[in-house]
Amino acid sequence: MSAITEEDVRSEAGAWLASHWSPELALSEWRRRLADSGWGCPSWPVEWHGRGLSLALGDVVQHEFNRVGALGIPQGPGPTLAGATLLEYASDEQKRRFLRPIITGEDTWCQLFSEPGSGSDLAGLTTRADLDDDGEFVVNGQKVWTTSAHHARYGMLLARSNWDVPKHRGITYFVIDMHQPGVVVRPLRQMNGHASFNEVFFTNARVSSANVIGGVGNGWAVALATLAHERRMNDVRRGAGPAATARGRVYDEYRAETASVMEPYKWYPQRAGRLDLVVERAQATGRDRDPVVRQAIAKLLILARTAEWTARRARAARLLGRPPGPEGSLGKLAASHIARACAEVHTLITGAAAMLARADAPLDGVIAEVLISVPAVSIAGGTDEIQRNIIGERVLGLPREPAEDVGKPFRDVPKNLAG
Amino acid sequence: MQFSFTDEQDEFRRVLRRFLHDKSPPAEVRRLMETETGWEPGLWKELTQTLGLAGLHVPEEYGGQGFGFVELGIALEETGRVLLCAPYFASAVLATSAIMNAASHAQKLALLPGLAAGDSIATLAFAEPNGRWDSTGIELTATPAGGAFRLDGVKSFVLDGQRADLIVVAARSKGSTGDDGISFFTLAGDSPGLERRGLSTLDATRKLAHLEFSGARADLIGEPGGGAFALARTLDAAAIALASEMVGGAERVLETAVEYAKTRMQFGRPIGSFQAIKHKCAELVLEVEHAKSAAYAAASAAAENAEDLPALASLAKACASDAYLRAATDSIQIHGGVGFTWENDCHLYFKRAKSSEAFLGLPSEHRERFLQRSGI
Repeated sequence: MSAITEEDVRSEAGAWLASHWSPELALSEWRRRLADSGWGCPSWPVEWHGRGLSLALGDVVQHEFNRVGALGIPQGPGPTLAGATLLEYASDEQKRRFLRPIITGEDTWCQLFSEPGSGSDLAGLTTRADLDDDGEFVVNGQKVWTTSAHHARYGMLLARSNWDVPKHRGITYFVIDMHQPGVVVRPLRQMNGHASFNEVFFTNARVSSANVIGGVGNGWAVALATLAHERRMNDVRRGAGPAATARGRVYDEYRAETASVMEPYKWYPQRAGRLDLVVERAQATGRDRDPVVRQAIAKLLILARTAEWTARRARAARLLGRPPGPEGSLGKLAASHIARACAEVHTLITGAAAMLARADAPLDGVIAEVLISVPAVSIAGGTDEIQRNIIGERVLGLPREPAEDVGKPFRDVPKNLAG
Repeated sequence: MQFSFTDEQDEFRRVLRRFLHDKSPPAEVRRLMETETGWEPGLWKELTQTLGLAGLHVPEEYGGQGFGFVELGIALEETGRVLLCAPYFASAVLATSAIMNAASHAQKLALLPGLAAGDSIATLAFAEPNGRWDSTGIELTATPAGGAFRLDGVKSFVLDGQRADLIVVAARSKGSTGDDGISFFTLAGDSPGLERRGLSTLDATRKLAHLEFSGARADLIGEPGGGAFALARTLDAAAIALASEMVGGAERVLETAVEYAKTRMQFGRPIGSFQAIKHKCAELVLEVEHAKSAAYAAASAAAENAEDLPALASLAKACASDAYLRAATDSIQIHGGVGFTWENDCHLYFKRAKSSEAFLGLPSEHRERFLQRSGI
């Protein structure tokens, strides 16, 4: 490993791009080249469409791609969550079936974890998977907050296959075909009016035992791998997309793909608080002369700067191969504080007009959307309370809270009424 | 900007931490804080002569180690961790920075080697009873008198001012205002015409003095009347150094609170298993890590003499003050009743945090300065 230097990777990636990349390619053809060569997922193993490079050298590759404007593999939960999890837990046969179409973008995926009755307590899920006489599992239950379920080909499904053992031990991780009659997907309307997520209903849906990942009853361990990748994905900066001015067939097709994949996320900048608008709005309205507003702005800017530096410290430590310090677990909680502080400052700046929405509100409703979207940040992807438990227990080593459900057969654990 | 420490810097921290852990345990801090001087000459000798701590950021040509602000920041983080009782901040940070920023080459050659070697202990007298932490607060006047100057006026909040061998004074020429007419002077601590009185301080580990100058003779350093920039530079460096010291203390306070939460049993379980305590600790981790990032970023900006150094100095001071005070306050709360006793160490850190909050300007003042210095 140590034999490969940054310079080797730079020149090899550069040479490959020079002979294989062209803006005039069809997107499907370009992705095929990425999958064949391993340059699309440089940190994946060589035998599975990657090049076996370290994370740091993967960054070097990304840099080379950015330099020539070359596009990467598709965004979304396919490569980052499903791909990474399958690499860790799937059999070779399963890897052969699923990995390549993830990279080429032929198959999109969704994550079927959360349920109406189990949010923070994910392992308390009650969607059931019962083995029938033909050796197939029959799935019944409901999932919620599923992004992209309406166009996904496959779902990463957690379901309970054994009710007689404690909760973590009775869960199985499946890859389920979303295109079947027993699966119904419905959009879920949020308090800000958007419908970015779905509810997914399973009524005697079927999944082959050949699609069990990591063994029956071992789903919790596999799920933890997916969740770890999800956290990491949130930490990693997304590669910048192509410049708006980039011309060529591959860019046009990429933009169309991105527009559809990213459509559910269009309010996410507002959810994060629109820090970028704070100073200009304060100056435009003259509220930047109010000492109370100034203090609030300064607190917010300091919080945002220090959170950014803290994330960069964590990243620098990771790249140097040093053990992760506490700084690595803090980004999610910090983002939540930032979003809330943004909403507070936007309210201070906006005053009475904070009562208005859409066209009657400042910036054609953008500020109003901030105010009614920010409450999602401290819930989605793990509530602030769960984040604080994680920091308290894993970073500081504080003891866990005694739980009522530990060691009991899941059948006997008190649950929410079925939704 | 530097986002990780080098192996050498980490090693320096380890060595220093071990040394201070042995030499400055809480019992020693408690002993020294009750003395009038506030430090132990033997330990000061070891710190300066064995470890070279006082000249860490002083160029080698002036008898220092030639390291930069990042190393100085590490040293202060570690001294802040143990509440080291020594004239380190006064002499190595305040006075040394003032001389480095204001003095001519010849004056530096004359003054810095003694300070870097720890043979002489200096401080900077700049604030006055009005409590303003910039040039606008300076009223003490300097008048030319027979090749030297005579100083008239009052300085206050002078760190280790009662015992320092050498006092660096920021004064103004008669009739000048604002940034105009500011100069630096030096005089011996026992000069005629200088009355020194130790102030009773909230934080007994931080000795402050009240200095009255009535015609005391002093020597000019640097250019007459051109000291405002050097003073601003010095106060930025001091703010960053204080931020480093504060994050060291904040981190230690948090560790203590967490250790206690793991062992203190109530209702049959360690109190740290209750979310009310666990979540308080988690929020402190966030705040302390952010403050560390701020202190590191500011120290890195100082080391590189970056353009945004003044803005980051104020950012770091505000951020570290808030984090330290919150950590110290919450640590008392987590300890419960015992946290309010004299015997427990919580109050030592709380008092240092409280006093550091006001020292060099309140967080709110620095937030305002941060905005102005960022062009907002």
